Amino acid sequence: MLELKNVSYQTEEGKEILRNVSLKIDDRFVAVTGPNGSGKSTLAKLIAGIYQPTSGKIYLDGVDITGMSISERAKNGISFAFQQPVRFKGITVKDLISMAAGKKISVSEACSYLSEVGLCAKDYINREVDGSLSGGELKRIEIAMINVRGTKLSVFDEPEAGIDLWSFNNLIKVFRTMYERTHGTILIISHQERILDIADKIVVIAGGEVTAYGTKSEILPDLLGAQAGCRFTKEAE
Amino acid sequence: MMDSIQKRLLEQIADLHDVPQGAYSLRVNGSLYGKNDSENISIVKKEDQPGIDIFIKPGTKNESVHIPVLLSQTGLKEIVYNDFHIGEGCDVTIVAGCGIHNSGNAESEHSGIHTFFVGKGAKIRYVEKHYGEGDGNGKNVMNPTTVVIQDEDSYMEMETAQIKGVDSTRRKTEAKLAAGATLVIKEKIMTHGEQFAETDFTVDLDGEGCGAHVVSRSVAKDNSRQTFLSRVRGNNRCSGHTECDAIIMDDAQVTALPQIEANHVDAALIHEAAIGKIAGEQLIKLMTLGLSEKEAEEQIINGFLK
Repeated sequence: MLELKNVSYQTEEGKEILRNVSLKIDDRFVAVTGPNGSGKSTLAKLIAGIYQPTSGKIYLDGVDITGMSISERAKNGISFAFQQPVRFKGITVKDLISMAAGKKISVSEACSYLSEVGLCAKDYINREVDGSLSGGELKRIEIAMINVRGTKLSVFDEPEAGIDLWSFNNLIKVFRTMYERTHGTILIISHQERILDIADKIVVIAGGEVTAYGTKSEILPDLLGAQAGCRFTKEAE
Repeated sequence: MMDSIQKRLLEQIADLHDVPQGAYSLRVNGSLYGKNDSENISIVKKEDQPGIDIFIKPGTKNESVHIPVLLSQTGLKEIVYNDFHIGEGCDVTIVAGCGIHNSGNAESEHSGIHTFFVGKGAKIRYVEKHYGEGDGNGKNVMNPTTVVIQDEDSYMEMETAQIKGVDSTRRKTEAKLAAGATLVIKEKIMTHGEQFAETDFTVDLDGEGCGAHVVSRSVAKDNSRQTFLSRVRGNNRCSGHTECDAIIMDDAQVTALPQIEANHVDAALIHEAAIGKIAGEQLIKLMTLGLSEKEAEEQIINGFLK
């Protein structure tokens, strides 16, 4: 279980991004949504240890992890999928999957993880994770790494960003499988209704604060109603 | 018999545990230790100067030649001339390399001057590794010169690596390409401590339709200094590409001077050079997989120089 107690975060320039956020995540699949710039990605980075809160505490299974480094949190069971996957010159897909597994893994093991995210393993296993891979391919590899780690908490920052519609349908399948198979908690930052729809709970963040937290039947009608009220959204659809 | 130090040097530079199979010439502490010819490859000791001539018969395929050099005696300085005569239509691999173990206080130096005459339509892969070690104060110095003369439609791939323990190196490479020839150079360098490395490539694209890629990847750590010079001259309809990509760390210094010169209207030449530290997001990504910052740095450098 993940718990945030009165977590605030200010940038070095003094801009307040998150204000006094308290949140208990004890369901298996939780989605965090909210407008652009509301502080969702910052929340994910605070959990992974990439940012340090200005004030407040973060607990994982009752253990205070606020002072832990990124590596220590990773070892204690937190995985984090970047919104924009990082590229590496010379490091192959297999290298990254091995690092995620924390040991050398066989080609067939690596292949099973890759095929789960819809990549034909033999085409990818020896490819470098560099500019030669498309954004969508990198996103899938990013998700495969989280699957390999199989930690008790997996945080995804907008996994749908940069993924085309065809891949998106598969992405939903990937998360469904992950939900059924793993025993850990999945925390997804997302704008996508179809991802919100498979979540046990939804957290809404706006203006750096948690404005709503509940089941989808409690949250979705209001959220979609608010959208329906906007003429431009309607026309765009 | 080689001693354990010499065996270790051999393993570092040539992945060999003992004298190789097939054609080879092994030079240890300034003299020829052993050599072996094969049916198609003959190695002849030069009479007028130190070094060897390597003759590869036209049409020789899938064979390799090893010519490692080992120095374990401190203070030894030598210049060696090795000429490779590669016949038409060959497809061979040549593995050279120099390992120095210097446990004394005098400077050890090996300067190999390698000249390749690549016959028509021949295909060769040339691998060269440099490695130094030793607990003394004596410096390990290597100044290799490579001259490549490629005949029509030949292909040469040259991979050079200097990863550890060489205090000072000036590498000079000159190539001349005839029509339809292709040259690919992949260089990898890592310097640390107070080391200095300079590489200097000059490629003349003389023949119609020839092409060259000169790619260097390097990592400069501590107080080390590196200079990369690359001149690619397009003297005919041809294509040339030179690229230098360096990671800089600590108090190191890196200079990259790529130069392209077109002397023909259909010469298509590109140069790229980038120097920068390891991207913060790369470290963070690997740390989210459970690696420490130092481990992440090692993985990034290993991958970069792979």
